[in-house]
Amino acid sequence: MAIVADVPKDGFRLSMLIYDTRFRSITIQVVVLILFLLGVAWLVNNTVENLAAKDKDIAFGFLWNRAGYDIGQTLVPYTNDSSHIRAALVGLVNTLVLAFFGCIFATILGVFAGVLRLSNNWIVGRLMTVYVEIFRNIPLLLWIILVYVVLSETLPTTADFRQSAQLIADGLPPTVSMSFGGTVALTNQGLNVPAPFFARGLGQISLGGMTISLNTLLVFAVVIGSFLANRALRRNAAKVQEATGLRPVIWWKSLLILFAPIILVCIALGLSFDVPVFGRFNFAGGISIAHAFTAMLVALSLYTGAFIAEAVRSGIMAISRGQSEAAFALGLQPGRTMKLIILPQALRIIIPPLISQYLNLTKNTSLGIAVSYLDLRGTLGGITLNQTGRELECMLLMMLIYLIISLIISSLMNLFNSAVKLKER
Amino acid sequence: MKKSVILGTLTVAGLAAGMASAATLDDVKARGELICGTNTGLTGFAAPDANGVYQGFDVAVCKALAAAVLSDASKVKFVPTTGETRFTALASGEVDLLVRNSTWTYSRDTDLKLDFVAVNYYDGQGFMVKKDLGVSSAKELDGATICIQTGTTTELNLADFFKENNITYTPVTVADDSEAQRQYTAGACDAFTTDASGLAATRATLADAENHVILPEIISKEPLGPVVRHGDNNWGDVVRWTFYALVAAEELGITAANVEEIATTSTNPEVKRLLGTEGDMGAMIGLDKDWAKRAIAVSGNYGEIFAANIGESTSIGLARGLNAQWTQGGLMYAPPFR
Repeated sequence: MAIVADVPKDGFRLSMLIYDTRFRSITIQVVVLILFLLGVAWLVNNTVENLAAKDKDIAFGFLWNRAGYDIGQTLVPYTNDSSHIRAALVGLVNTLVLAFFGCIFATILGVFAGVLRLSNNWIVGRLMTVYVEIFRNIPLLLWIILVYVVLSETLPTTADFRQSAQLIADGLPPTVSMSFGGTVALTNQGLNVPAPFFARGLGQISLGGMTISLNTLLVFAVVIGSFLANRALRRNAAKVQEATGLRPVIWWKSLLILFAPIILVCIALGLSFDVPVFGRFNFAGGISIAHAFTAMLVALSLYTGAFIAEAVRSGIMAISRGQSEAAFALGLQPGRTMKLIILPQALRIIIPPLISQYLNLTKNTSLGIAVSYLDLRGTLGGITLNQTGRELECMLLMMLIYLIISLIISSLMNLFNSAVKLKER
Repeated sequence: MKKSVILGTLTVAGLAAGMASAATLDDVKARGELICGTNTGLTGFAAPDANGVYQGFDVAVCKALAAAVLSDASKVKFVPTTGETRFTALASGEVDLLVRNSTWTYSRDTDLKLDFVAVNYYDGQGFMVKKDLGVSSAKELDGATICIQTGTTTELNLADFFKENNITYTPVTVADDSEAQRQYTAGACDAFTTDASGLAATRATLADAENHVILPEIISKEPLGPVVRHGDNNWGDVVRWTFYALVAAEELGITAANVEEIATTSTNPEVKRLLGTEGDMGAMIGLDKDWAKRAIAVSGNYGEIFAANIGESTSIGLARGLNAQWTQGGLMYAPPFR
């Protein structure tokens, strides 16, 4: 410090930028920043030059042209007359649906496997070790293809459900008949289940190109309302218990609140089921879940579940043994110890790696093209890219969309993390 | 000051990189090897044989071109491309040309900045189904699941055909022919659609070929041919005229067996111009006199290549049909060598 104080105040010399510790770090940062910007400028310049040399431009107008191709799984209305941007939206919804269910199943599986791997039961513990190690150490793509091939090669073909002329002549039924009283059919192309529909509709509202059925909205509102009411009931019961020491009997009220409104609504709207019927080639009507989706979901859940299991295990092992010993000393059963003492504390350690796993799962849905699952990568980054030849635009757009999805998941999970993390007061 | 020098250098480097791909003929000669984009494996058109050597109808065009340009038909590197990657591979300069059952369309020719230099196979899209489905027309495919290769014109034709006939289908989008074939044989789709020639090739490789039928409808025009990058006209000319040399050779009766003999004995001026015994046609496209002779000597003229790879005597068994010489009622018509 003495040296700094002794610096003569005879003005600023250029050499001070390197030799003076006060300026050196700034100098280095400025130089690095300039180099970085130059690098970026070079990349952009190179791209623009080369595109110009090929007489190509960057434009996103093609997104509003007619797409012209069909998509197997469309959860938002789409025909081949729709635009490319609409096709991208269909792909995005497919991606999100897969990611949503994948995250749920992977979490359930991961938590169970992680807890069970620490089990004192030798067989259970080893089985979970085998599961985690097998799924963690084999590439996801192989699992996806394996599940898909197993589903499509081992299940009865749609032809087995057909009542051919020969069979009618012989007075025999088709080789395979539908399960669950003729309502569900599992073929090598997919799973066909009855589709619920409402005989009396409330009509639809249109929101920016999306039509939303008021019936669906009503059902959702009723379900959410029931849940909220049930929570209020339980909270009230807890309050009574704390005040009086006696917990009121609420199970039948709880059941009534949860199920009565939705059943009434369904009866009022005339809920019925559209059962799949075998047509000329395949089942028509009902909901058809293609094996591409099932295979993706199963493989993604199993694969990511193995990683989550490890995160859960590390979280649990990080909790001091004294915690469970204290719980046992209070007379808590092992199950309740885990649920009430260990897991809530472990959650703080589990959530940060869990965020990464959710992000991984979401990004891994882009492997769907391997089994013909048309997600965002399959529509915008596959067919649209090919048919329009706009590689750069499609890739940039797709990267941007994945980035946004990941950031949203990440920030939601961070919110959750800050809600459960250790409160320091 | 310094910054602008750097940027200037970068700009020049960028431009030079752009220019480098402009003279493909020089690149190929300097490299001593022709890089030819092909199918990942379509029997009869381009597929590796038992020894891992690429053979087929499209491969023969590449070999003839290598013979014309490099005087050695073996100096070809085959780069397998899928329907999705092929045009990117060509545009980026990864391959010198694409001979890969690619359909010549308006938007590919203009917007994708490609040049289709000729048509080596006039095709159309068809459907293949299992015989026991009892389907006799593509219009009966209402409700069927259909395997379709992504990134192809067939994908769009399929949508158009079903829309036009007011029937529905479920698409199963696959990346390449082999995956389509696996799904089709596993019964994951009821029908497989692609160019009729591709269907014939796929059917020929099925263990129970007699249980599969190709439906009579041809729902589109699919002119397939070699593709080069837009803007390199000289290279386009080399590819175009090498192919036409093969077509003209058939018309003029020049075969792999008699090409040397005809070159010395023929008095037909067009034969003499083509085979380089009169004039110097090769110099006009930057090649030597004997370019066409070498191209024809590799695997014969267009008719011989057709017969050897996909003709009626092969397992694929395609008739010449539209691909017969114009004198035989087909569309194969080489412009005059003059």
